[in-house]
Amino acid sequence: MKQAENPFRFVTVSNLTRIGNQTAITLEEFRDGLEKCSDASIFHHTFQSLGTHHFLTEGFSNDFAQWVLSALNCPILAERLAAQDIRGYLALNDLRTDLLRVTDEYCFSHPEALNRVAFEPFYYCESVEVTVPHTREAWTLEEFRNWLEHLSNESFHYHFLYSRLRLGLRTNDFSQWFENELALPALARRTNQIDVYTSTVEGARGQLAKYIDRELAA
Amino acid sequence: MSVTSDVTNSVTSPEVHPIHLDDYIPLIGAPEVDELRAVAAQLSGRTVQMVNSTPTGGGVAEILNRLIPLMQELGLHPRWDVLTGGRDFFEVTKAFHNALHGDPYQPRKEHFDLFLATTEQNCRRLHFDCDFTVIHDPQPLPLIEARVKHEGHWIWRCHIDLSHPNPEVWSFLRPFVYRYDASLFSSPSFARQLSIPQYLFYPCIDPLSDKNIEIDAESQRSVLEHFGIDPARPIILQVSRFDRLKDPVGVVHAYQIVKRYTDCQLVLAGGSAIDDPEGEVVFEEVQRAANGDPDIHALNLPPWSAFEINALQRASTVIVQKSLREGFGLTVTEGLWKKKPVVASAVGGIPAQIIHKHTGLLAHSIEGTAYQIRFLLSNPALAQKLGEQGHEHVRENFLITSNVKRYLTIFLNSQCHS
Repeated sequence: MKQAENPFRFVTVSNLTRIGNQTAITLEEFRDGLEKCSDASIFHHTFQSLGTHHFLTEGFSNDFAQWVLSALNCPILAERLAAQDIRGYLALNDLRTDLLRVTDEYCFSHPEALNRVAFEPFYYCESVEVTVPHTREAWTLEEFRNWLEHLSNESFHYHFLYSRLRLGLRTNDFSQWFENELALPALARRTNQIDVYTSTVEGARGQLAKYIDRELAA
Repeated sequence: MSVTSDVTNSVTSPEVHPIHLDDYIPLIGAPEVDELRAVAAQLSGRTVQMVNSTPTGGGVAEILNRLIPLMQELGLHPRWDVLTGGRDFFEVTKAFHNALHGDPYQPRKEHFDLFLATTEQNCRRLHFDCDFTVIHDPQPLPLIEARVKHEGHWIWRCHIDLSHPNPEVWSFLRPFVYRYDASLFSSPSFARQLSIPQYLFYPCIDPLSDKNIEIDAESQRSVLEHFGIDPARPIILQVSRFDRLKDPVGVVHAYQIVKRYTDCQLVLAGGSAIDDPEGEVVFEEVQRAANGDPDIHALNLPPWSAFEINALQRASTVIVQKSLREGFGLTVTEGLWKKKPVVASAVGGIPAQIIHKHTGLLAHSIEGTAYQIRFLLSNPALAQKLGEQGHEHVRENFLITSNVKRYLTIFLNSQCHS
C-alpha cells in the first residue's frame, strides 16, 4: 500500500447564510442583481445550493433557475440557467458571466418578460464559510476509505464540490490527492466524473467508496 | 362538529429518558454527530444565555428545551432565562407581535411604558455575564440595555415575519435592534434593512421529542379512537394555535370544498400558549364555521399533548398549514419529517421548507388549498414521493442537530470577528 508524502487532511465545514440587502422582483432586477451581487452570493446560490439540495436528483440545479421557474414562470430561461454545470468553472466570475449571458440572451429575445413581476422576490444571500481543521488525516488509500465514512455531507461537498474554486482546477481535493500523492490517476479521473447533479451525497459517496474498494482489491 | 378541550390519561406516552447526542446517530448518521463535536470543541467552556418569553407552548420554548442540554453535552455552559410579566404585559407583547406581522394596531404611550417598565424589572432580575447572549423575539429585545459596555456577543434571534411591520411599533423597537452584534431571521423575506449583519437561521424540530419520535400504528389508532376520528377515511389535519394568523376558519372552508369530492375528515388540533389570550375567541369562530359537521374535529389541546399531536400527524393523510402570516411554520417541518404530503401557504418561512412540487405543494388561497388537497388525495404515489423528499429536506436542514451546529457556527464566526 503506497504511503503518501503528504496526508489528506479532512476539514469540518459549516456555512452560515448572510442575508444581503439586494432583492429582485422582476427579470430586469434579477439580471441586475446577477451582475452586481458578490462572488459569495454567486457561490451561495449555485455551489452551496446544489450541496444543500443534494437529495433532489431531478429538476433542481441552482437557486437562480428554481426562482425563474417557480416565481417568474420562465421555463426556457430556467432550463438554460439550470444547465450551467458548476463543475466546469474555476472562478465564480466566469460562472456569473455565463449566467448573465444566458439571461441577457433571453431578455433580448423576450423583451416583454423584462418587467414581469414575480410571485415572490429573489433574495440575494451570501455564504459565510467557517472551517475547523479535523484531527483526522489519511496517509494511505485504506485510511482514506475508512475516514470517508466519517465525513459529514457538508464536509464532503467542501472537499468534492467547492474545492474547484479553491484549487482553481477542474478537479477536487480527493482526486488531487489520489493523483499527486498516491499516483492513482485513473482513480482520480473516475472520482472527478461522479455526477453530483444526478446523485444524492450518499450516492456520490457510495460511488467513490466503490471505486476505492476496486482499487484496494486490485 | 366534535370539540375536545382536554386529553385523558388513556393514551400511554413514550417512556421519558434523558436524550444524548449519540441518540441522534440512527437519524442523521455518525459523521454529522462527530463533526458537531469537532466544531463544539473550539468553543469548549464558553457560556451562553438564551432569553425568551415563555417556558412552554410555541416553537421557541420547544427548541430551547432540547438545545440547552445538547449544548451542555457539547462542553458549553448554556442557561435559559424566561421573561416574566403580568397578563397586561403579555397582552401588549401579543399586540406588538401581531402588529409586527402587519396587523392594524394603534399603540398607546402606556403600552410602550408598560413594555419598558417590565423590561427594566427583568433587567434587574436577570444576570447578563455570558460570552454569548441570544435574545429571542421582540418581547425581551430591550434587555440589551443591560449589556455592560461592549462585553460578550449579543445576538437577536427574530422568529417572526418582519416584512410588513407596523411602522410605530417597529420605530420603537428598531433602536434596540441596532445595538446587537448580529440578527438571525428564519427567512430572507423577514429581514429589514439593518446596519447589523443578518443571517438566515432556520428554526428546527427535535426528532426524538414526544412530538416527533416514531410511534407505532396501534398507538396512532388509539389516539384517533380517543378523539372519535375514523381511521378508515382520509384525514386532513392542521396543527396550530387557534390564532387568526393561522386561518383555521379558512381551513374549514377549504375542507368544505374538498368534502364535495371526497368523503374526508378535518382535524384542527391546537391550543393556546400562555402569551396568547386571543385563542378562545378564535376557537369559537371555528366552531361557528364548522356549522355542526361531525367530521370536523376541533381539538383544543393542553400544552402537554405532544404525543397526541405526533399520533394525529402520523395518522393523517394530508397535512395543511394555511397561515396568513407565519414565522417559520414548525408544524410544516413536523409534517414533512413524518413523510406526509403537506399543502401550505407560501408565507413566511414556509417556502424554505416547501419547494413547490419537490417537497410539498404551495397554495395561495382557500380554493387553491382545496385543489391541492384534492390533487394529493387522488395521487397517492406522488403524495408519497413529496413526503419522502420533504423528510430528507428536514433531515438536512431543520433538525435540532443542524440548529446546534448553526449556533456554534455563528458563535465561532462572532468570535473570529471580535
